[in-house]
Amino acid sequence: MTIGTGLPPDQVPDDPVVAIVANTRHTAPGGTATGGPVFRRRWEWLYFGLRNKKVVAGVSVELVFVVVAIFGPLMAPFGATDRVAAPGLRPSFHHLLGTTYPFGQDVFSQMLYGVRDSFIVGGLGALFAGGVGLVIGFVAGYRGGIADEILQLFTNVLITIPQLVLLIVISAYLTSRGVLFEGVFIGVTGWPWVARAVRAQTFTLRERDFVDLARLSGKRATSIVIRDIAPNMASYIFLVFVLLFASSMLVAVNFDFLGLGPTTSTSLGDMMNQAELWSALELHIWWWFIPPGAALTAMVAALLVANVGLDEVFNPKLRDT
Amino acid sequence: MRRYFTRKLITYVVAFFVATTIDWAIPRLMPGNPVSLYLSKFSVTTEAQYAALQKLISQSFSLNVPVWKQYLNFWDGVLHWNFGLSFYATEPVTHVISQALPYTLGLLVPAILLSYVLGNRVGAMAARRKWLDNTVLPIGYLFQASPYAWLALAMAYYLAALTRWFPVDGGYGEGLIPGWNWTFIASVLYHWFLPFMTVFLVSFGGWAIGMRNLVIYELETDYARYLRSLGASQRLVRRYAYRNAVLPQLSGLALSLGTVVGGNIVTEVVFQYPGLGHLIFLAISDEDYFLLQGIFMFIIVGVLIANFAIDIAYVLIDPRTRLSMQGAQA
Repeated sequence: MTIGTGLPPDQVPDDPVVAIVANTRHTAPGGTATGGPVFRRRWEWLYFGLRNKKVVAGVSVELVFVVVAIFGPLMAPFGATDRVAAPGLRPSFHHLLGTTYPFGQDVFSQMLYGVRDSFIVGGLGALFAGGVGLVIGFVAGYRGGIADEILQLFTNVLITIPQLVLLIVISAYLTSRGVLFEGVFIGVTGWPWVARAVRAQTFTLRERDFVDLARLSGKRATSIVIRDIAPNMASYIFLVFVLLFASSMLVAVNFDFLGLGPTTSTSLGDMMNQAELWSALELHIWWWFIPPGAALTAMVAALLVANVGLDEVFNPKLRDT
Repeated sequence: MRRYFTRKLITYVVAFFVATTIDWAIPRLMPGNPVSLYLSKFSVTTEAQYAALQKLISQSFSLNVPVWKQYLNFWDGVLHWNFGLSFYATEPVTHVISQALPYTLGLLVPAILLSYVLGNRVGAMAARRKWLDNTVLPIGYLFQASPYAWLALAMAYYLAALTRWFPVDGGYGEGLIPGWNWTFIASVLYHWFLPFMTVFLVSFGGWAIGMRNLVIYELETDYARYLRSLGASQRLVRRYAYRNAVLPQLSGLALSLGTVVGGNIVTEVVFQYPGLGHLIFLAISDEDYFLLQGIFMFIIVGVLIANFAIDIAYVLIDPRTRLSMQGAQA
């Protein structure tokens, strides 16, 4: 994280500032010149990550779902909306999770498609919310002043307007909505808390000596933010993306369940919506609404558990002693 | 401190203005003309009758004036808390809403407050205590991760439809007349329990896990270490850690309000609970735009008031903000 001159110790110039920087770099624990210590420091997180039960459990469960998301639809025995059997069949060998009523669609196949949709929405949501939140947080935190005031106002206003209200208005424009729209929408409305948190962190980092030094050396603001400030919160930013991924999937279920989700595909929330509309509760067709929600819960919980575990990996103070 | 509140006030005024404008735009952006939709309820046969009715309805909803005037009229309505007539119930929107509002508040307010208080307590207890961390926390993760719709459906199925322990839907027993008598109140509580538990449990999991992580952070800070090295009891250290950890949780409460309101809407739909959420669902499917506008205004004002209450609470529990207030006066 320090900016060094890269000179060996005996060639350190007389300039005190450069000397200090050069010295700290060369005396820092973990070493620089030899290959071993650098390697150890770089892969340290992997070592602690693999020893952390939460990380291992969370990542393993998530990987199973990733495989399902990638290959599931290819291996699905039936199409998501095809009427393939008698309606309301119980789970059996032919239909692992039974069929819907009164359409006779294969619930298991629908789920395989739905898991992929959830990942697309989660990924897009995290990408857009994280992207917008980071940019706004960095600009507000690094620039300060009037830019900060305006961006904060913008952020706080968006926080107070429920996402659902915006969605209903925007979806009015569109005759058909896809998964991509849903993911992007969740992203561009879900960034305020990211912007707030990143702004606060940037604010404290901005005052550090190494940032002052970078400024003195005539670096441009964008380059300082990208090269000097962002790397110092890299682990935090990573965790933010994990959380955004999880929360985007949950928000999508709410939308899907109210019938405001994608109109062009069958998502997990959509399955629960259909089950509710066609009185699966009263007809005791539990296999229509319990499995999709259970899959979602497992996907999101795995991310949350991995998130807390990764926090412990990145921050030695939090590790169990 | 005055600066703190001025800033908050500006934010709320702008938020109110933006939200009201968005709200105004809803029926004007929607596909299909609300007037022709309303007309489809009448049995009109001739072209002339249709035109006459259209004119009459446009007039009665003031849709025949320029757009800027419609906008001003809407503000006039908002300030007088008048949102016109509901297409679906053919009575004033505010009247329809005021019947549903008590149910939603009765669900949301206790669920938010109880989950916040209990979640914080349990989370703080679980921090650095192995056995609690290994029992309560995994359950917390599951609740936090479960979609409102699913938890509601699962409870409605296993605790109501299957076992008949609780009623599946409605706000009170069929055939009862709302009133202040014990049979009615008991029935309301009986129907309230499952939707309440849904909203409560999801939020509870989130607060407990957040608090556990925050208290661990605080327990590892320099002041906590110093306090321990002075020989302070574990209880005292934890109390200080708790007081510091509550602050970010309180800002988190303001951030989560929108999500809880959304989750509450979904929960009400599952249990067909007669609150605002269920009303939104009906308004969307009936394309009852005036009702939708009215409900959104209520929600927005509610969220703004709650945010303001949290701002005040923040000043009350954080001595530093109070101190700076006295400093400014001196």
